[in-house]
Amino acid sequence: MALFQNLSERMNHIFSKMRNKGKLTELEIKEAMREIRIALLEADVNFTVVKKFIDSVSQKALGEDILKSLTPTQEVIKIVNEELVALMGSSTQKLLVSDRAPTIYMMCGLQGAGKTTMCGKLAGYLQKSGKKVLLIAGDIYRPAAIEQLKVVGRKVKTEVFEMGQIDPVKIAKGGIEYALKNGYDTVIIDTAGRLHIDEKLMDELVNIKKAVNPTEILLVVDSMTGQDAVRVAQDFNNKLDITGVIMTKLDGDTRGGAALSIKAETGKPIKFSGTGEKMEDIEPFHPDRMASRILGMGDVLTLIEKAQDAFDQEQAEKLAQKIRKNTFTLEDYLDQLDSLKKMGNLNDMIAMIPGLSGKLKGADTNIDEKQLGKTKAIILSMTPRERRNPDIIQSSRKKRIASGSGSSIQEVNQLLKQFAATKDMMNRMSKGKGLRGLPPGFRI
Amino acid sequence: MNIFKKIAEGIKKTKDNFSKKMFYAFSAKNLDDEFYDNLLDALLAADVGVESAEKIIDELKDRTYRQKITSPENCKDLLKEILQEEIDFEIPEYEYTPLVLLVSGVNGVGKTTTIGKLAHNFIEDGKTVIVAAADTFRAAASEQLEIWGQRAGVRVIKHGEGSDPAAVVFDTISAAKAHDIDVILIDTAGRLHNKVNLMNELKKICKVVDRELPDADFRKFLVLDATTGQNAVAQADVFSECIDTDGIILTKLDGTAKGGVVIAISNKLELPVVYVGVGEKIDDLIPFNAEDFINALFE
Repeated sequence: MALFQNLSERMNHIFSKMRNKGKLTELEIKEAMREIRIALLEADVNFTVVKKFIDSVSQKALGEDILKSLTPTQEVIKIVNEELVALMGSSTQKLLVSDRAPTIYMMCGLQGAGKTTMCGKLAGYLQKSGKKVLLIAGDIYRPAAIEQLKVVGRKVKTEVFEMGQIDPVKIAKGGIEYALKNGYDTVIIDTAGRLHIDEKLMDELVNIKKAVNPTEILLVVDSMTGQDAVRVAQDFNNKLDITGVIMTKLDGDTRGGAALSIKAETGKPIKFSGTGEKMEDIEPFHPDRMASRILGMGDVLTLIEKAQDAFDQEQAEKLAQKIRKNTFTLEDYLDQLDSLKKMGNLNDMIAMIPGLSGKLKGADTNIDEKQLGKTKAIILSMTPRERRNPDIIQSSRKKRIASGSGSSIQEVNQLLKQFAATKDMMNRMSKGKGLRGLPPGFRI
Repeated sequence: MNIFKKIAEGIKKTKDNFSKKMFYAFSAKNLDDEFYDNLLDALLAADVGVESAEKIIDELKDRTYRQKITSPENCKDLLKEILQEEIDFEIPEYEYTPLVLLVSGVNGVGKTTTIGKLAHNFIEDGKTVIVAAADTFRAAASEQLEIWGQRAGVRVIKHGEGSDPAAVVFDTISAAKAHDIDVILIDTAGRLHNKVNLMNELKKICKVVDRELPDADFRKFLVLDATTGQNAVAQADVFSECIDTDGIILTKLDGTAKGGVVIAISNKLELPVVYVGVGEKIDDLIPFNAEDFINALFE
């Protein structure tokens, strides 16, 4: 999730310039505001929102307290951060659940925003929390849209209700009747992508809303949208009184200013974000974390949560002990690789570590996930005895391992060397020497 | 078909917002700072981007000074001139040896729809066309393409979901060779430009075309959604770096987005816009014309 990365780089740059100067003059604050304005505009934050934002930040920043403060840059950062959080909203907004079954979520948005994919992701997400979900295929216009929803439904093991290409209002009603009869407590209605200025199609959405009275109407927005995002969101909101927004394609390198603009101009909360190609790539949207991301403070909370999901607590303690006692083996290494894989894309993880995302730019951060698979294959080709005691692996064993895992002897050598280095590093860390290159306070 | 009318129609909504701000800016009495600030806002609202917008305003100030222009009305013609210079490129004629058009872009910009419209255009021109359904990733993408293929009346070569897109392209080329086809259209899966492995997959597809059809007129187009903001610059940058993109197809200009990011892209990358998509009907893809485009914005 390289989200907002470019913006945070810029902010970092502005403030590192300011940090070097100690006390700030009024002129310098103005200069910083100009830079922040450009950064926000380049991040596609709507230009009227930027104006308001800069006005409110400058007013506070130009207050006498700051000019006299010994650490004015910190003060400015604090103000910018506070204002961003205020703009984004500070708490995560959960989906509403209806008192009477079924809970109905209706999706809407422009063409190509990612509604159908998001329907599948949301269904999968809700099923994990024990909901029984039915998908309703209401996109009767785009060729093969129903087929796409069916495939997506199969992937997340959710039934899809469809009636072919008839009036979507009838399909929605029919789907909800079907849900009631068959014990579904949650339905998600997919609708066709449409332009916010297409009155006929917008009226169709209003009619669906009237017919089924959805618990939530969720506007799906491509996070790469430019200045037009505000107008689109406003038009959908005026017509339908949407209850929330879902941002998609946040795994791109977009700076995602649209999220900021939509929240600021419609007041409607952003509830979820789509963060990848796979069906499980959906996350609740954390507005406060986004704000600190903008300021280059990293997204440590998400990182920790991902780690907690992937690592079993007990296992982690055992591992810690092994590290302390220096009895870490290739078998443990294998477990670690699996956990690492569970945490998701490695590059995304790097982007979340404070202080690292900017520094690693230009360096080859493209960690090869295939390489991980290869490493795993090599370890799996060893006997349990070899895994526990890699020192016994000599040339004939290496040859066998190499051919067993479809790799070369050099690759086996490389892995063994790497493992030895890891062990050595762990040994030093457990003795409290720390790891060079990581920011202070950050420990693995 | 009156192309100018069609663009103006497609852009009618587009210009509402943009031209309102433009109109407001040009209703000023003097060429003062406020005038230029309002003009800058109008450009920013059109997704032109800060850097290009400031550059354009600077150029405008420079020319008004040198040409001793004092009225906002005359200034308007100058602005048109500058904007047009930014996006006007000469595009070489197609050669059917055969012609291979590859369509790439991030997810949801309208690649598959564009392929359908392109196929229709070439058929109307009396050419023989074949389509490679090389989006093997998105659920039901090839079904969608097949429906477009039926509408346009062209053959679509497809494999199963999850199969190798380069293999689909290879098979399509073989079929094209056997039937002496004029135009080969290649649809590809949507991919975010920051996913290195997916970008490499695209390179592989191009390699197959280069190897199998060394004499072909091979053009690689990037499809951009007109609603996209400044990220479109990064998209254009990475795609052209990866596969040496020849031009842009700007879709969804029938919305309210202004597509001004095209100006930012021309400014940085000198990548021409080749077609614009102005609606959902099969004949709603038209060749891009810089003068019409800018004129329609101001009309």
